[in-house]
Amino acid sequence: MHIAEITLDINGEARSVTVRNADTLLYVIRDKLGLTGAKPGCLNGDCGACTIDVDGNPMKACLMLAVEAEGATITTVEGLKYTSLQAQFVDKFAFQCGYCTPGFIMNAQALINKNPHATDMVITEWLESNICRCTGYKEIEEAVKTALAVARTALQEQLK
Amino acid sequence: MIPYDFAYHRISTAEEAVKLHQSLREQGRRPYYYAGGTELITLGRLSEVYADAVIDIKGIAECQTLQLEHNQLFMGAALPLAKIQESRFFPLLGQTISEIADQTARNKITLGGNLCGHIYYREAVLPLLIADSEAVIEGKSGRRRAPLNSIFDGRPQLEEGELLVQLITQSDYLELPYYTVKKRRQWDIGYPLITVAALKKDGKIRLAISGVCPFPFRSERLEEILNNHRHSPETRIEQAVQLLPQPISGDVEGSPEYRIFVLKNTLLDALQALEGEAHAHS
Repeated sequence: MHIAEITLDINGEARSVTVRNADTLLYVIRDKLGLTGAKPGCLNGDCGACTIDVDGNPMKACLMLAVEAEGATITTVEGLKYTSLQAQFVDKFAFQCGYCTPGFIMNAQALINKNPHATDMVITEWLESNICRCTGYKEIEEAVKTALAVARTALQEQLK
Repeated sequence: MIPYDFAYHRISTAEEAVKLHQSLREQGRRPYYYAGGTELITLGRLSEVYADAVIDIKGIAECQTLQLEHNQLFMGAALPLAKIQESRFFPLLGQTISEIADQTARNKITLGGNLCGHIYYREAVLPLLIADSEAVIEGKSGRRRAPLNSIFDGRPQLEEGELLVQLITQSDYLELPYYTVKKRRQWDIGYPLITVAALKKDGKIRLAISGVCPFPFRSERLEEILNNHRHSPETRIEQAVQLLPQPISGDVEGSPEYRIFVLKNTLLDALQALEGEAHAHS
C-alpha cells in the first residue's frame, strides 16, 4: 500500500495524518481528522456538499487528493466563527434538512471574500456549483445577497 | 474511494516529469500525468481509469504560466479553467470555458486536463483550434512546438509519455468577433448536447463543434461551405450538415436526429451573429 505522512494546514492548525496516496481530501478530513462539516454527497464533484476553502478558492473535497493538499491553507465550515453569512442563513431560514448547508456556506463565503461586489449573474454562476435537494434556493440566494451587502458596507466603513 | 493504490510524485520541471514517466514505463508501471486530477478521482473510483504512479505536474512553473508576451498568449496546461476565465485575456476561450462543469469544479479542472482527458467533449479546445493555437510538448527527445490543428484528431495525438506543457495563441486572434454557445438538453449545468465556438477572421467564419460526434472537431470543408455567400444561410447549413464527421452521437442527452436539428438552428444563429458583425453571444 502506498501511504504518506502528511501535515495539513487546516482551520489554522497543523494536523499530521497518515493517508493512502489515493485517499481523497474529503475522506481524510472527515474520517481521519474528525471534521465532519464537509458532507459526502455524490462523491463525483457534482453536488457541492463537500465544498471547502483551499487557498481562498472553493474546492470540492471529493475532487482532491489529501496528498496534493499538503502546503495549502484549508478552511472547512468548522473554521468559520459565526460569520455574517452564517447569521444570514439563520435569519433567512436558508436551509431545510441542512445537509447541503456547509457546502453552500463555504462556496458563498469564498465569493464574499474574493468578490464582495459580485453581480447577480456572478452570484448565480457561483451558486450553481451546489445542489439543495430540498430546493431552498430562494432563501439561500437571499442570505448570500444580504451577506454580500453587509460585506460591502463593512468595506466602505473601512475606507472612511 | 479509489479502490487501488498508487505512488505519488511531485515534479518541478517538465523534463523531470517526462524522464520519470519513461523510467516508470520501463519498469512496467502505469504512470499518469496529474494536474487537476478530477478524472482520475471520479473515473478511478469506478475503476474506469487506472494508474499505479501519479506524476503531479502542478508544481511545474511553465505549466502554470498565464501571460501575454511578444504578441502571444501563453497558457500553461495545469492552469485551472477558472483562472483563464478570470483573466479575460481571450474572451472567446473564457466564455466557452465558463460553460464547462461548474464554477467550483473549474477551480480544479485544468486546461490540459480538459484537452487530454477521457471525457470527450473537450470544449476548451474549440476556441484554440479556430484561433490556430500551438501546443508546446515535452517528450523524451526534447521539446517541440506544433500547430494544435496538426496534432488534434479528436484529442491531442501525443506520443507515449509526452507532456502537454503550454498552449500559445497569437494576440491578433484574441479580440476577433466571436460566437460561442452551449446547448444542453435541460438546465444550466451539465454535459452539452452541442457546443459551438466560432470566430470571424479576414471576413471568413471559422468554427469548431463538440457534442455532435463523440469527439470535438474543426472542419475546413464545412467552413468553406458556410462561407459560400452565393447561397442562403439555410442552404449552406443544409449542405454543411451533409459533411459532418461520423458517427453522430445518440445518447440520453439527445438522439442523432435531434442533435442535427439543434445544430442547424445553432449554426443559423452563429451565421446571423457573425455575418451581422455582432460580437459575443451565448
